[in-house]
Amino acid sequence: MAARLTLSRFILQNFNKPIRCVQRTAPLRKYAVVAGTTEHTLAVRDRIADKRKRALLGGGQKRIEKQHQKGKLTARERIQLLVDADSFVEYDMFMEHDCTDFGMEKEKYPGDSVVTGRGKINGRLVFVFSQDFTVFGGSLSGAHAKKVCKIMDQAMLVGAPVIGLNDSGGARIQEGVQSLAGYADIFQRNVEASGVIPQISLIMGPCAGGAVYSPALTDFTFMVKDTSYLFITGPDVVKSVTNEDVTQEELGGAKTHTTVSGVAHNAFDNDVDALLQLREFYNFLPLSNKEPAPLRKCTDRWDRLVSGLDSVVPLETTSAYDIKDVVNGIVDEEDFFEVMPDYAKNIVVGFARMNGRSVGIVGNQPKVAAGCLDINASVKGARFVRFCDAFNIPIITFVDVPGFLPGTHQEYGGIIRHGAKLLYAYAEATVPKITIITRKAYGGAYDVMSSKHLRGDINYAWPTAEVAVMGAKGAVSIIFRGGKNQEQQEKEYVETFANPFPATNRGFVDDIIEPNTTRKRICQDLEILANKVLENPWKKHANMPL
Amino acid sequence: MAANFAFCSPVRSYKLSRGFGGRLLSIQTLWTRSLYTTGSLTSKDLYWNDRYNENEKQFDKILIANRGEIACRVMKTCQRLGIKTVAVHSDVDSLSVHTRMADERICIGPAPTSQSYLQMEKILDAVKLTGAQAVHPGYGFLSENTKFAAELANIGVQFIGPNSKSIFDMGDKIESKRIATKAGVNMIPGHDGVVENADHCVQLANEIGYPVMIKASAGGGGKGMRIAWSDEETRQAFRLSSQEAKSSFGDDRMLIEKFIDNPRHIEIQVLCDQHGNALWLNERECSIQRRNQKVIEEAPSTFVDPAMRKAMGDQAVQMAKAVGYDSAGTVEFLVNSKKEFFFLEMNTRLQVEHPISECITGIDIVHQMIRSAKGHKLLHKQEDIPVDGWAFECRVYAEDPYKSFGMPSIGRLSRYQEPLHIPNVRCDSGIQEGSEISIYYDPMICKLVTYGTNRIEALDTMKKALDSYVIRGVTHNIPLLRDIITEPKFVAGDITTKYLQQVYPDGFQGKKLSDQETTELVALSSALYISDEIRSRQFTNGSKLQASTDIESKWDLSVNLVNEIYKTTVEKITNGFQVHVGNSTVNIDGQMMFHSPLIETTVDGKPSQLQISKRARGGHYNLRFLGTVFPITVLNNFASEMMKLMPKKKEIDISTVVLAPMPGMLKSVSVEAGQKVGEGQEVCVLEAMKMQNSLTAAKSGVIKKVNYKTGETVSENDVIIELE
Repeated sequence: MAARLTLSRFILQNFNKPIRCVQRTAPLRKYAVVAGTTEHTLAVRDRIADKRKRALLGGGQKRIEKQHQKGKLTARERIQLLVDADSFVEYDMFMEHDCTDFGMEKEKYPGDSVVTGRGKINGRLVFVFSQDFTVFGGSLSGAHAKKVCKIMDQAMLVGAPVIGLNDSGGARIQEGVQSLAGYADIFQRNVEASGVIPQISLIMGPCAGGAVYSPALTDFTFMVKDTSYLFITGPDVVKSVTNEDVTQEELGGAKTHTTVSGVAHNAFDNDVDALLQLREFYNFLPLSNKEPAPLRKCTDRWDRLVSGLDSVVPLETTSAYDIKDVVNGIVDEEDFFEVMPDYAKNIVVGFARMNGRSVGIVGNQPKVAAGCLDINASVKGARFVRFCDAFNIPIITFVDVPGFLPGTHQEYGGIIRHGAKLLYAYAEATVPKITIITRKAYGGAYDVMSSKHLRGDINYAWPTAEVAVMGAKGAVSIIFRGGKNQEQQEKEYVETFANPFPATNRGFVDDIIEPNTTRKRICQDLEILANKVLENPWKKHANMPL
Repeated sequence: MAANFAFCSPVRSYKLSRGFGGRLLSIQTLWTRSLYTTGSLTSKDLYWNDRYNENEKQFDKILIANRGEIACRVMKTCQRLGIKTVAVHSDVDSLSVHTRMADERICIGPAPTSQSYLQMEKILDAVKLTGAQAVHPGYGFLSENTKFAAELANIGVQFIGPNSKSIFDMGDKIESKRIATKAGVNMIPGHDGVVENADHCVQLANEIGYPVMIKASAGGGGKGMRIAWSDEETRQAFRLSSQEAKSSFGDDRMLIEKFIDNPRHIEIQVLCDQHGNALWLNERECSIQRRNQKVIEEAPSTFVDPAMRKAMGDQAVQMAKAVGYDSAGTVEFLVNSKKEFFFLEMNTRLQVEHPISECITGIDIVHQMIRSAKGHKLLHKQEDIPVDGWAFECRVYAEDPYKSFGMPSIGRLSRYQEPLHIPNVRCDSGIQEGSEISIYYDPMICKLVTYGTNRIEALDTMKKALDSYVIRGVTHNIPLLRDIITEPKFVAGDITTKYLQQVYPDGFQGKKLSDQETTELVALSSALYISDEIRSRQFTNGSKLQASTDIESKWDLSVNLVNEIYKTTVEKITNGFQVHVGNSTVNIDGQMMFHSPLIETTVDGKPSQLQISKRARGGHYNLRFLGTVFPITVLNNFASEMMKLMPKKKEIDISTVVLAPMPGMLKSVSVEAGQKVGEGQEVCVLEAMKMQNSLTAAKSGVIKKVNYKTGETVSENDVIIELE
């Protein structure tokens, strides 16, 4: 039923007068004098109509039903949900694969196994490709790759994002190296487009083998729970090589990638939910690196005082609180689109708006592992900061960090080089950077978290802020090594350092602000910083620690 | 005489400062600044009938040995009178409202009440340290502790409350009954001993008056208990009950007493001084209770007529005089369907629900308590105490009303907005946005009081107030409160102490929407969705925006409300929307903005309040409507068709996990991984809000994992134990 609905809509959209003309003028054919010419023209029209019809049906009604039974929508249904009504313009509906081996020349589908084109999301341009699982299991043929490359090229040309809806069994094995070449062509474009236009992947079915690297190269990878998988090799190969027993879901399901591997940035309940949420996500992003962060009409007062924040930081400095309470209180309409909410929860990143302007939020989360920085948190934060910097999105950082997580596990894992990524990202970023130290800013982690020293534009401290090399206990054991009156010394240390003054006295923090005024201050500062001009020295590219 | 006291004028429209001297003007300033909690547009001043002598001595400094709303309530009166206040607080309360409101504050210990608010020594130290001349105990904690009052007396500090003797006498059940009987107060009639036989039973029944209750001396749980309305029934009841008692308990001794049918809990507020004067400030109807805790109170009661009011009041005053009472107190009565009332007990403290009495009498009860404690005479005569208008009090608690009418919940008030913009609304609370409702203290958020010239007016205001009350971050009982105040029996005043069980036999399950209410909610959510859509494309920068205005002005939508799909058509019209739902057309006037949790519009000419509890993206909203939160999904028709193809998510099998039903601390965990358990076996004990809850395995099996240890705190729905 639903499939028919889509179809009829597309037929309406695409079948226009000339086609109806064919039917009306059909009886004429018999009497046509210049039979060859007219008949030929009309026959071509028939063929066009026929191909269009077949293209809209993808792999056929049976396969569409099968797709639905699996709880998945068709490539076209997905596009229709993603873009504004009647805004989709399709490219290459007639492109077919050119494989002649294994009898493939007898099985062709107009458009092959992907639907490509452009449309609008809330009135803003977007290029989309949507892999069609009903045609050869969505496998990637040379034609498939060409279609994808074409829209990517055009997206680059005009400066608009590309959204890929992935649902593919993998390479078109019958085409051999042709298919592999196709992947590589896409990879190359992914890399060239990186930092020029936002690229988003939504995994809505299988995505295995080499295919996984395209989503991995894009800025954001989202998944659909229960129906999507991402892995290099499936459970069978895993079993034969390593003798591990693992299910598809455990190996590469949404839960795995959003909580354990950090490959995916979020997962949604089903196809419909994923596509509708993606529309909202899209609203936060600029179209390209040449565009400013989007500004939207805002009814939430920019100078709203957030009285609840005055008591959000507990009096006991070791007690936890939820940094998301701070974020939600400050941003427009409590609307915070969190990225990677279930991975490395000791750091919170995501998009929000301040007085209508898109901003990136980064915050240590005292509720999880005391908000310390570890390998995963550093990598998560670094990638987010770099995205914001690449696309002119101001970064607001909330700091409550006791330091980097110690231990062999972290050291052996390379916390030094991974931690350096976050440091690198912040230091490199030239977008407006506003920092609020809500409580602890200890040690090297203080430097890392968008400090003044890393070109922070505006750095604030709440009255509860403490900027120091380390906590009292550790510090005292070093400063007063072997000292007898430890309690007294700790007290002295706390008096000296457990307050914002050491940082404000040196100008490392611009002001101590009442928490309730934070929103107002940030909105004002963003206004000023909108015209910030700062450029890094010319280089071919930087060599960040990977 | 009239010249002697400042606030004697019965003319309601008087502002406090009118025609009086400089001192009063300053009080007026104080008043308007600190007064309340009450909406600024009240038609008259809250305490229009309060009285005191202009030059009478008053305490300079009062310590309030309590926390939360009642501490704030007492401080407000102190501030109005220019009395300095001292707060005592636990460490977690260091920044709470009552602590910040006081002129001085003393920390008296850690969070648990047994180590802070109940620590007499520490409070006495605080009194000495600050030089407070008097202590107001509020309610609960040390308010009825005779030792505390005595200790204060020892150091020459006045306890603001009744004398120790009356507290002691009224605290003793037998002694209080003895005094009440002596004072001529109605007692629940009964026979002081065992009923001998059926004839004796009938004779006693006639002495007591029907209906009577015949019950087994050894009885319990309703066994061997019968109610009789006539001689014949009495004989039969005696026979059956004694047989039943014999077989059940092996003891057939029977007792008889008056049966209180359709019982109501109605109490009289009394006010006394040290000079033998006693007044009654009318009654309060407190029948709406759950687990013996009051939920909604009103004053006056629909059930009490002037004659009955006077009879109850006179008895309450007799009682107070008999015990030598000298402060504010409450005499509780149980009332049956024949308007007969019987003494239950006397509460020797300021009651939680005192504000409704203040509303209808215009007296500041706290002020009069302070005056009495200072030794002043009451300046009212009984005829100065009116029943002026009607007042309701809803106790807004942080608790889940869907679980046995209220299980405590905790959390941080991420958004909190009292409906004080509405006239005739008073909020007595001790919290604010950002406050934490913790497991250590009473989960009351606020006493929401509304007032009106009559009951309907006060009820209408209450509806609007509850609908406009924004509380986010904790589960609260507004859904239940909002449902009760429009329930026909309640509206008709037809209530008893068994109201909740009778009206909600299967527990409270949320507001049941009528067809018209459903249509309204569906229309409102459609309009909300469209407002959201329009706003989503209002970009004001960016170079490729030529198409940003080409949005339709008519939309077809599908609204999913409680698993029912409604088709709607929305049209944007000037100042609002026209929504077609089925055959009805709903006109919505007003803007729908997402920055405010409260959306006030006009629906078909009538004001309407809708709250966005949560906007979950993808067309999912949680909307609070008529108190209850409804999860609603609004989609365009195509998305709705597509949604039908989506697989239903499997519900998590909760029989394999033991979830924490509420936040609390694990008192004990009695199993470990690998252990076999049987269905219904206790696996751990959760202590929350001073209650111990035994959690059991929902099926037999082997414990897979124990996620928490004894002594750890858990949040609601945390998985404590997993089974294989």
